[in-house]
Amino acid sequence: MTAAMALQLALLVPLAGAALIGLLGRWPNLRETATLATATALFSTVIYILLALLGGEVVETTLIEILPGMSIALHTEPLSILFALVASGLWIVTSVYSIGYMRGNNEKNQTRFYLFFAIALFGAMGVAFAANLMTLFVFYEVLTLSTYPLVAHKGDANALKGARTYLGILLVTSIGLFLPAIIWTYAVAGTLDFVPGGILEGKISDSMAALLLLLFVLGVGKAAVMPVHRWLPAAMVAPTPVSALLHAVAVVKAGVFTITKIVIYIFGVDMLAHVPAEKLVMYLAGFTVVTASLIALRQTNIKRMLAYSTIGQLSYIVLAALALAPYSEVGAAIHIVAHAFGKITLFFTAGAIYVASKKTEVNQLHGIGWRMPWTMTAFAIGALSMIGVPPTAGFVSKWFIIAGAFQLENYFVLGVLILSTGLTAAYFLPIVFRAFFQKELEPPAKDHGEAPWQMVLALSTTAALTLLFFFFNSPVVLLELGILGMGGK
Amino acid sequence: MIQQHLSILLVVIPLLAAPIVAMLRGSRLPWLLTLLITWVCFALAGIQLWTVATHGTISYELGGWEPPWGIEYRIDALNAFIALIVAGIAALTMSYAFRSVEKEIRSEKTPLFYTAFLLCMTGLLGITQTGDAFNVFVFLEISSLSTYALISMGRDRRALTAAFSYLIMGTIGATFFLIGVGLLYSVTGTLNMVDLAERIPQVSSMRTLHTAFAFIVVGVSLKLALFPLHLWLPNAYTFAPSIVTVFIAATSTKVAIYVLARFIFTVFGADFAFGVMPTTWLLVPLAIIGLLSASAVAIGQNKIKRMLAYSSVAQIGYMVLGIGMATSAGLTAALLHVFNHALMKAALFMALGAVFYRFGSVYLDDMRGLGKRMPWTMGAFVAGGLSLIGVPLTVGFISKWHLILAAIELGWWPVVVAIVVGSLLAIVYIWRVVEVAYFQEGKSNERCEAPLSMLVPMWALVGANIWFGVDTRLTVGMAQHAAQLLMGVSP
Repeated sequence: MTAAMALQLALLVPLAGAALIGLLGRWPNLRETATLATATALFSTVIYILLALLGGEVVETTLIEILPGMSIALHTEPLSILFALVASGLWIVTSVYSIGYMRGNNEKNQTRFYLFFAIALFGAMGVAFAANLMTLFVFYEVLTLSTYPLVAHKGDANALKGARTYLGILLVTSIGLFLPAIIWTYAVAGTLDFVPGGILEGKISDSMAALLLLLFVLGVGKAAVMPVHRWLPAAMVAPTPVSALLHAVAVVKAGVFTITKIVIYIFGVDMLAHVPAEKLVMYLAGFTVVTASLIALRQTNIKRMLAYSTIGQLSYIVLAALALAPYSEVGAAIHIVAHAFGKITLFFTAGAIYVASKKTEVNQLHGIGWRMPWTMTAFAIGALSMIGVPPTAGFVSKWFIIAGAFQLENYFVLGVLILSTGLTAAYFLPIVFRAFFQKELEPPAKDHGEAPWQMVLALSTTAALTLLFFFFNSPVVLLELGILGMGGK
Repeated sequence: MIQQHLSILLVVIPLLAAPIVAMLRGSRLPWLLTLLITWVCFALAGIQLWTVATHGTISYELGGWEPPWGIEYRIDALNAFIALIVAGIAALTMSYAFRSVEKEIRSEKTPLFYTAFLLCMTGLLGITQTGDAFNVFVFLEISSLSTYALISMGRDRRALTAAFSYLIMGTIGATFFLIGVGLLYSVTGTLNMVDLAERIPQVSSMRTLHTAFAFIVVGVSLKLALFPLHLWLPNAYTFAPSIVTVFIAATSTKVAIYVLARFIFTVFGADFAFGVMPTTWLLVPLAIIGLLSASAVAIGQNKIKRMLAYSSVAQIGYMVLGIGMATSAGLTAALLHVFNHALMKAALFMALGAVFYRFGSVYLDDMRGLGKRMPWTMGAFVAGGLSLIGVPLTVGFISKWHLILAAIELGWWPVVVAIVVGSLLAIVYIWRVVEVAYFQEGKSNERCEAPLSMLVPMWALVGANIWFGVDTRLTVGMAQHAAQLLMGVSP
């Protein structure tokens, strides 16, 4: 099997898996096996592509010509493979978790859930491996549409309202801002290929470039830069495995991945460095980080708090990408991994708490650390990663972003990071303290321990990954430093 | 021998078949004969397109009389394309028709229904085939009169008033067109389009010519349903029998767009039409107001058939916008959308027709939970809806792409915004239906899918929607070829 075939396989596997899941709907155990098998097959395929990339192979393939001079094409480079690895790897863990959640809560429409999950991963793989903006846009929309039934899963009026907001904001930004920006790029540059160093050098004036950048940053609504962030808290009506998918595995990661890829391979870091107005977009990202942290501080619902935490963390990545320093680009890429591990742990624990005790509010968690020790320890690890404290993954990416800030003497980025670290600690640490060091206010209605074992297994795995990444991150770092050789400075 | 007389056969075959069908009894036999005729015409239209693509423009003299004294049928890349669309939609519509007609048309009127359908097809194909300006009027009237008859056969009593108001407005439009052609004849002495094209530059300063142009454009715009001359369309589409709506939504306005493009670019020429007359300033603002206001009104409709009718007015705005741009790119986008919209709307109205067949209602409230009860039908509706919104991998996306690209090339940024807003409005009105059908509980859950005879043509169109959204060589190639021909032929 050549690497080019592997690229096509990476798209085919989740799609075939979806069909299989649909067919096996009546036999839940077989259906769940299909999901796990598909996820494992996908992860193996992505590993194969990684090995090909590391071996120096040029990995690309063209699928079909969709418009004159433009085709649906796939390729891979350090950023792509990173996103693909995170998405496919965490799909396996999320599937295990979902089985526990769906069965523990006796949810309806489970086949629809697993089916659209697989299609969403198909979209994510397409976004990851896209070789040009057109391909990326096609799969970006596939991702939006396939996650709609997942967000609306519960089917009640509340879920529909949240799903409507979700779809509305994502489609309006993608068709209203992202698509015109793509067509404008095509009209100016004559191509949409992702090229190291960008395709817009010398073709567009500085002020127009800044406007185009703003169109892209707001058009890629999945990155949740303010003010197009409202879909994230609205999507909290979804079951927790879906939230985990949205926040950690696929959707938001696709958003920040797209922005980072556009900054490096469409504009080019060097070209943007000469556009003074680019700083304004960077300020927008910084504003989002701080504001999101402030709003998170005021939340009492666990999932809503995590949602705003995600908005802030995503804008870390956008901020780092727009800081245009070599180390900050690397930091942005690594934070995709670090945040994924940390956030998925946090969402898993939120779901575990809900399934075990039906609790959803932050102020209900007194003393729960002693009833659910595994869960709350994992929560603590995830929280520490968000704050960016060693020995967690979040520290590694923060290190690089700060290093990048110093490289270009970008004190704005430094200030934002320091401020948000403090704010994040302010809303996460009290929960940890409350869980372990305060007594239960009243005995719960039903005596409970940990959540079902599949959920605990999943969240322990991701918590372990968060810790392990701190110690064993050099392969990832070395891989991403490759971006510098290709597209950075 | 057939190839020689291809162009006239496309018109003569349905014309001769019409009275034969009128004499048949029952409901099956007329349908079978009509089905046969439409598929034969589809095949002939395909052969004609291939002939034009390989051998260039076809010129056919009726009765052997030489143009410009005799009537000439002139087929170039543009009308071969349009003729294919008309014949193809007719064939698919007829394949779908049997059950729908059985339910909606009174049984004693059924043979007459098929007769009127064939006459309508004759008229539309005649308009596309002919190269003589007065002949266009003749066929325009044939197609219009038969359309009025077809619409009036709807079960709802309001079908009669809808047909009547369409008759009044349509006749005004046709009369304006006739006056325009008469004025043209008076200043140039000829009715043949190619001959007109040669003579008009010599008289381009004459007031009479300007008046002729104005009458023709307004007359055609009424047929086109360009804002604000679109008032006949919503009622006509809503109260007509389902099968009639499928056919006319996908063909009659498209043919009117063809007439507009033909007269503006071939007969009068782009230099005159856009240089001497302020056509861009007329067409573009009206197109934009039309597409925005119609999309907005569509959102408020509870009768889904009416919603799609307003959606059609909006889509026509897109096509006129492309024409008004007066560039090769704009014209390509307009012609592309003619093809793509025919595919989209036919699929959507077919899905609605199937819903009406099963439930007798197309109100939004009655469509609750339909996603579970008629999965294939609603699947087709969703696919057509996604195409209308312009989601990638559908034909709607290809049209939107070309239109936005054409607007960016001209630097018309407000127009880009308008096009995008139109898509966003489409999201709202399509999603209303999706939510009700898939996420709300209906009165019962039992499956009552549409019959296979309706599902197959519906899904053939959906398949075409996606096929031509991915492999665009045929459609974009033909549209570009036709656009270049039109822009180049202008003297």
